[in-house]
Amino acid sequence: MSSSLSSAEPRGSRPKRFLSPASIMIYSALLVAAIYYLIPLYVMIMTSLKGMPEIRLGNIFSPPVEVTFQPWATAWNSACTGLYCEGIKVGFFNSMKILVPSVILSIIIASVNGYALSNWRFKGSELFFTALIFGAFIPYQVMLYPLVIITRQLGIFGTLTGVVVIHTIFGMPILTLLFRNYFVSLPPELFKAARVDGAGFWRIFLQIMLPMSLPIFVVAVILQVTGIWNDFLFGVIFAGTKNFPMTVQLNNIVNSTQGVKEYNVNMAATILTGAVPLLVYFFSGKYFVRGIAAGAVKG
Amino acid sequence: MAGSRRPFAPLRNLNAKIAAVPMIVTVLVVFVGCTLWTVVYSFTSSRSLPTLDFVGMDQYVRLFRTSRWTVSLKNLAIFGVLSLSFSLVLGFILAALMDQKIRFENTFRTIFLYPHALSFIVTGLVWQWILTPAYGVQKVVRDLGFETFTFPILTDGRFTIYAIVIAGLWQGTGLVMALMLAGLRNIDDEIWKAARVDGIPAWKTYLFIIIPMMRPVFITTLVIISATIVKVYDLVVALTNGGPGISSEVPAKYVYDLMFSRGNLGQGLAASTIMLTTVLIILVPWALLEFRPRYRKGEVSK
Repeated sequence: MSSSLSSAEPRGSRPKRFLSPASIMIYSALLVAAIYYLIPLYVMIMTSLKGMPEIRLGNIFSPPVEVTFQPWATAWNSACTGLYCEGIKVGFFNSMKILVPSVILSIIIASVNGYALSNWRFKGSELFFTALIFGAFIPYQVMLYPLVIITRQLGIFGTLTGVVVIHTIFGMPILTLLFRNYFVSLPPELFKAARVDGAGFWRIFLQIMLPMSLPIFVVAVILQVTGIWNDFLFGVIFAGTKNFPMTVQLNNIVNSTQGVKEYNVNMAATILTGAVPLLVYFFSGKYFVRGIAAGAVKG
Repeated sequence: MAGSRRPFAPLRNLNAKIAAVPMIVTVLVVFVGCTLWTVVYSFTSSRSLPTLDFVGMDQYVRLFRTSRWTVSLKNLAIFGVLSLSFSLVLGFILAALMDQKIRFENTFRTIFLYPHALSFIVTGLVWQWILTPAYGVQKVVRDLGFETFTFPILTDGRFTIYAIVIAGLWQGTGLVMALMLAGLRNIDDEIWKAARVDGIPAWKTYLFIIIPMMRPVFITTLVIISATIVKVYDLVVALTNGGPGISSEVPAKYVYDLMFSRGNLGQGLAASTIMLTTVLIILVPWALLEFRPRYRKGEVSK
């Protein structure tokens, strides 16, 4: 209900009338949509805080009468994935072991590559770059089996190294695009001045480009952390049973056929698996949006 | 720009070439090499191990005689058409609503986009729980007094693919909204002013001026979502695991199962080659449109 003032032609943004019929419609539509989006999160949290008897009697939307954190403890420490009952924590640490080297390696390779592609083009570099971007559209299923053969030949199939290499390969198109577009957008005078001063490839990268490109590194880290954490397919094929990431463990816990289904434990495990990317998302805000929008930017 | 320099010796600009080695290897070995390998071996009689015993189109003939594969294709078509149309329409409407200079824009954006940060596995499991007949939506409605209400979306094979559509839309519409909103924000304010001066109602402005102007955004979004739709795998594994029976199988899952659990490589490779073809059918027209010579840009096609 902000005050509208003058009779003169309005300048700048439209004044906000909070309670006009049109805005009531807009807000109710947005609110309905927001509720639809929030329901699964709400249901997950509520279910994870109830005991099993309450779940059997009540309905999924009602808040818990008696709040219990036992399902969370069980999910973390002793939920069963098939044969083992060590909880989702195993998957959590496996995912961390996959995540950290994958993120670091993929970003180092892609940033240097993007820098070479923007400032040090060579014959054929644009061709390879275009091929790289188009490669991103090939369904993974097409390349899976040959990659299994290759990694097996290299002796890294079913190991942490194997899955890290796979993540690095498939993260390359989007990351390279991200870094290349960013470095292209920097003023070329910077690069030229450094060249005149006699700086070479690595020195310009480390001393001039890197300090200027912190935001794009943040975007890249967010993109990779959420992407790799959420991966299922590569983890299940290339990581090996010992290193199954959290998503695979979660699916095994929830969809395992034996035993009584403990829905509260399942939902607690689901929230725990979603927690890392969700926290990254909530704390990174606009960087996350930039990251996903990068996928839509043309090369 | 340094980009115009022409190296005369292979050793010139060596550092850049070293930096590009991972990209070159990825393109040549993975994207080109592995893809060709798959296409070639899809014409062989490979079972649990690859062999170069060529049998022509046999694998493809057998593939299209397998009901599990045809069901997969049908499901992918239903999933694809529904996801595309709903996510584009809903995503655009949400973006248009968000573009009305509203308050709490950031809050709404955060809410619409958070599912996109989650794994398909998480999404699939949550919706499995919400849609479980014994505890989920069906029970809640029955408890309200409608005791004969049935909502067998996960137990009746005729409907399971729609459960996957619902979950997929929940996860994916926020992304479309974000892309559309960025597109709307790129529209010059002058357009809106001109339309208002001419007395054109807002909905007409959207339909006949803004949407045609946003054609590139729509096309790019379409291509991005289509490419992810063809790949849909985790969501199905978590939500229904293809069941009940084979009612919610999808091509990506068919490929994985035949290659890695059934040891029928030839079938898996043929199926993945069909997936590749599908993507090419979507991708090639777009690429031709998008990357045609620049001087034709702005010209209306057709």
